Amino acid sequence: MKILYFAWLREKTGTPAEVVTLPDGVADVNGLIRWLSARGAGFADAFAEPSLVRAAVNQEHVKLEHPLADDDEVAFFPPVTGG
Amino acid sequence: MIRVQQEDFDPGAELARLSQGNTSVGGVCAFIGLVRDMAGDREVGAMTLEHYPGMTETELARVEEEAQGRWSLEETLIIHRYGRLEPGDRIVLVAASSAHRQAAFDACQFLIDWLKTRAPFWKHEEGPEGAHWVEARGEDDEAAARWEEGEMGAAKNE
Repeated sequence: MKILYFAWLREKTGTPAEVVTLPDGVADVNGLIRWLSARGAGFADAFAEPSLVRAAVNQEHVKLEHPLADDDEVAFFPPVTGG
Repeated sequence: MIRVQQEDFDPGAELARLSQGNTSVGGVCAFIGLVRDMAGDREVGAMTLEHYPGMTETELARVEEEAQGRWSLEETLIIHRYGRLEPGDRIVLVAASSAHRQAAFDACQFLIDWLKTRAPFWKHEEGPEGAHWVEARGEDDEAAARWEEGEMGAAKNE
């Protein structure tokens, strides 16, 4: 799957985009967040406060309970501030 | 019509296009968002707008489609800029044209309210005290939620 990070999630993870294989045991966005958080300090810091993190799957806003498949495009970002 | 672009736009030319060759248009309503020089009590030197190419266009098209479904409109237009902008620069234009003014007024307000809570843009502000990511405002969520209640109210009346 492709994972994208925007705004301060991009800065804290040091990663704008990456491709990973859906890890074993990860069924939804929350599970992916737990898996990513265990990767290192930058990722742990980025996801430290889940209430500040929003997600999109295949370019559509989703709740963190949304299920994941290996060919999904997942994006993590803070609440939007356009307009 | 949706446009996501780095360059500025000409509001006069854009609004003229909303009624060009269409004499059933009775009114055009527009909102233009600009970069302010102050955010609360902080001075703003510049801001950079980051966005999610692909999803931005998809979300804006959803917002536009929703407006066209709710009101009787001739044309709608959303232009949103990204990149580095300075105080006084235009950020966004939303506009609607319709036969009668009320639909254009309401749709215009709806377009900007929904855009602000749905379109994947993030503002990074720079000032004399450093740079930071702008936090989302509760008032914007409330402004957008107004239209959800409206939808429920309309459903109840059917």
